[in-house]
Amino acid sequence: MASVIHFCDIKGKSLLSRDYKGDIPSNAVEKFPFLLVESEDDPVSASPVLQFNGINYLYITHNNLYLLALTKSNNNVAQIFLFLHKIANVLTDYFKELEEESIRDNFVIIYELLDEMMDFGFPQITETKMLKEYITQKSFALERTKQSFGPPSALTNAVSWRSEGIMYKKNEAFLDVVESINMLINPQGKVLRSEILGKIRIKSHLSGMPDLRLGLNDKLNNNSKGVEMEDVKFHQCVRLSKFENEKIITFIPPDGEFELMSYRLSTPLKPLIWVDCKISKHSNSRIEIHAKVKAQIKKKSTANNVEIHIPIPEDADSPKFKYSNGSLKWVPEKSIIVWKIKQFQGGKEYAMKAELGLPSVSIDDSSFKVKRPIQVKFQIPYFTTSGIQVRYLRINEPKLQYQSYPWVRYITQSGDDYTIRLNE
Amino acid sequence: MSLEKKIKKIFQAPRKGLVSQYASERKDSIKQVIAAMTVGKDVSALFPDVLKNIATHDLKQKKLVYLYLMNYAKTNPELCILAVNTFVQDTEDPNPLVRALAIRTMGCIRVDKIVDYMEIPLNRTLQDENPYVRKTAAICVAKLFDLNKEICIENGFLDKLKKLVEDSNPMVVANSISALAEIHESEPDLQVLKITKEVLKRFLMALNECTEWGRITILTALSDYETEDGNESSHIIERVIPQLQHSNPSVVLSAVKVIIVNVEKIKSVNLEEYETILKKLSSPLVSLVSTPPEVQFVTLRNIRIIIEKYPNILTNYFKVFFVRYNDPLYLKLEKIEIIVRLANETNGGLILNELKEYGYEFDVEFVKRAVRAIGQIGIKISKFGTKSSEILIGLINERELYDTVTITLRDILRAYPKQQSSIIIPTLVQIQDQLIDSEAIAAYIWILGEFENVLNYEIKLTEYVENFLELDSQIQSSLIYSLVKLNVKTGELKSLLAQIFNKVDLIENIEIRDQIYLYWRILSLNDSQELKKLILLKLDKIDNTIPKFQPELLEFLLKEISSLNSVFFTTGVSKTKKTTQIKKIKDIQLNLQNEENLLNFDDDEGISTPSEDQIDGNGGSINILDELNDLFSSSSIQPQQQQQTQQNNSVSKDLLDLF
Repeated sequence: MASVIHFCDIKGKSLLSRDYKGDIPSNAVEKFPFLLVESEDDPVSASPVLQFNGINYLYITHNNLYLLALTKSNNNVAQIFLFLHKIANVLTDYFKELEEESIRDNFVIIYELLDEMMDFGFPQITETKMLKEYITQKSFALERTKQSFGPPSALTNAVSWRSEGIMYKKNEAFLDVVESINMLINPQGKVLRSEILGKIRIKSHLSGMPDLRLGLNDKLNNNSKGVEMEDVKFHQCVRLSKFENEKIITFIPPDGEFELMSYRLSTPLKPLIWVDCKISKHSNSRIEIHAKVKAQIKKKSTANNVEIHIPIPEDADSPKFKYSNGSLKWVPEKSIIVWKIKQFQGGKEYAMKAELGLPSVSIDDSSFKVKRPIQVKFQIPYFTTSGIQVRYLRINEPKLQYQSYPWVRYITQSGDDYTIRLNE
Repeated sequence: MSLEKKIKKIFQAPRKGLVSQYASERKDSIKQVIAAMTVGKDVSALFPDVLKNIATHDLKQKKLVYLYLMNYAKTNPELCILAVNTFVQDTEDPNPLVRALAIRTMGCIRVDKIVDYMEIPLNRTLQDENPYVRKTAAICVAKLFDLNKEICIENGFLDKLKKLVEDSNPMVVANSISALAEIHESEPDLQVLKITKEVLKRFLMALNECTEWGRITILTALSDYETEDGNESSHIIERVIPQLQHSNPSVVLSAVKVIIVNVEKIKSVNLEEYETILKKLSSPLVSLVSTPPEVQFVTLRNIRIIIEKYPNILTNYFKVFFVRYNDPLYLKLEKIEIIVRLANETNGGLILNELKEYGYEFDVEFVKRAVRAIGQIGIKISKFGTKSSEILIGLINERELYDTVTITLRDILRAYPKQQSSIIIPTLVQIQDQLIDSEAIAAYIWILGEFENVLNYEIKLTEYVENFLELDSQIQSSLIYSLVKLNVKTGELKSLLAQIFNKVDLIENIEIRDQIYLYWRILSLNDSQELKKLILLKLDKIDNTIPKFQPELLEFLLKEISSLNSVFFTTGVSKTKKTTQIKKIKDIQLNLQNEENLLNFDDDEGISTPSEDQIDGNGGSINILDELNDLFSSSSIQPQQQQQTQQNNSVSKDLLDLF
């Protein structure tokens, strides 16, 4: 229950705002840039919730913007943050990119959307698909005789995410099973922490009001051989109590693309891409990096767009590379070298050697040791690490009774934290 | 050009456009006005001209005019009334969007006079056939209540709102509950949100049909409901548990809240069920650690509350809280807080190795927190006392962490004076010259006084004695105490003591002066054996330096999951302007379990020597104070912070008296 929502630029100055409750002075936002500076100066107390003079400043960042909510009372913080993220999502759907420029160019429609998405501080309608049905970038004249420009009836129904009367010539549903792997590996190749964050995304091109049932090879269906998911989260279209009681996933899908479910597994994994890296520092002259990378996946599989980011000292320069595969690049602004391998077949192993010069007078104290890890990015198509498979997707539209075609794709990729620690 | 003319010129163009005979020109001018308003220009002078455009069939234009009205109604209250007619008419428009827009805007025009005109349109829209209009009208009741309670009650809107809770449409139900909750917050005595058995049933039914936001509303209302007995609690939990699978993390947290509020009632009825329910919380909580950083932050703060009450539910998941390289600092620090609390005999070794890695990270604040965490675990689990000392000593030389490590090692020495002194002291002695921070120097001096077998301690202390007047009072106090202690133990150091005693008149700090006089007196007495014994008393062994919540505060926070209070660990962000319940425990802040040990050390003896209190404060509780301040540093409620500090400085007895 936010009182005011602000869009602020990178310095914290308000670009556009909507006051929902009128209980916060309009100049309160002027303090925001100062609070940001303060929290930069005092990193220990920095957090996304700042307080000043009895007013709470809750903010998220998006591109070059701050989305800021102000409130006085003891509110549900998680809800407000989620709502701010939702605003960012909806506006991104509308303008492709949400940034300072798109706020200035589209202020009329943003006001309209803000009005529709929140009322008196209570979040209302936040589904882009539904909003797009009656809030458009095109202006239209009201015709008193026609009812057609009213709010979509589905808006307030129990199935608030899908309109009636959707028609497709060819009825298809595309399923993407995407697993992101987060892993922390020590220099010896031992996995310290690993998790699989899975998502099932659906692109639905189905007519009418279809009722879908998804079958997976998970343990939830009393299948002892199946994959045991630790926690599952569903899109609001999935009937949660049906799942809780019978472990069946049934739903009426929104039209178009959406994320049906996400799941998490923390089963111990072996590194999929393993980098063995030795860095020897000849102080005051040069640094030598020897790295071997191995794709520890099935021979039939291929990892695509593999990127290995190896940290180097900030003051290293004039790199010399020797390598057999891929490409090597020095990125001085991030103090890393990036090794890219477009296609990496399972079981293969590649090596490289890099040599960089170090200034004779080092800027940082040699006793001040900072370690940074190697970070790895990759994609492996046609493969899920957890072994999860879609058994079936039954599509039933009681009135139309059409033929439909589900398509399934699998992909495993690196999550935002696939890191390998370095020795010394 | 005079300023006045300039302003005139700025307004002339749109003013002309606003009254143009061409519709498109008028619309463009309105857009210009709104654009100017958006960038913060005061365009209230155009009020009458904008108002002329209110009667339009162009919905976009209507919205813009309404937006303008909401913004500048306060500056032109009289003119606002001119718009009333259009509003009332619009609530009869055939298009439900227009009807809803009209009633929504009317409630946002915060002008007293408008209240008189709201009765009819609000009544009409509350009974509208279209749910979209009804859900908007429901919230308008809360807006009216905020503007004028009396009129809202007199016209029976509260009862009508209560009726809407029974509406057939889930979104209308959700908004009605939201509106009632809002009214309840500002005026609890009206008891507008009384949950009866009938209402409860309705809530649970609507829960599965609502949008994500509606679910949060209902769950929040449910968590305020006092159940009759364990059976009812168990029924509610059963219906709420499926919500833990919702993709919106704030729905999940709200469901966790309902479960936590209710689960204790089941404990006495059915222990097995109680355990099962708690187990079901683990996985959803862990998943919340993979949400956007801000939401993660809220989650982590709440997890800290939850695991203090239910320490076991996340013990097996400790690895989830290992920091990620790209986490923002506030998450990294919060994760360490969780890790030290989850550490136990089995996982402690793994956790210490992980914390050791953090010691090599770039961010200094993070590294410092990691160092303190290593000490906290070493003290909490005696099995790891040696291991954590070794890690700390390893870190001391590889990173410039002398200050933090010294303070942490002092705590470890207090926990294991015999076992660890042989490893720690030789290292500490070597880094004396590297210490900068007053607390670290004070800690170092305290250690020298406590362990008299350090070689050449006299030389080491001489340097400080010579610069005595320039030292921070914290160091001065620690130095005096250590010199006295060593003197009593060995009979040496008389010359150093004399040097300080001679300077006593030059010391500005009264407490330090008093301290010196007091020791001087004791040392010069012939028959001071008893007192000297007292000086040599060892501080009580500490066995935990991880801050804990006061029990009352903990119980309070458990009912506050996901709220601002739960993020700040306070009771300070009031839910209502008039809540009394919160005031009662307002004074309760965090407390340490071992605080008593630290502070009442002279209670048993019956003789109170202020100097010992002082030393004690320097010796042990300062770093805990730091931690407490850390906990509260995000809060800007200054008086509370001060109170906090005072509380901790005073003897624990006073603390207890407060409650």
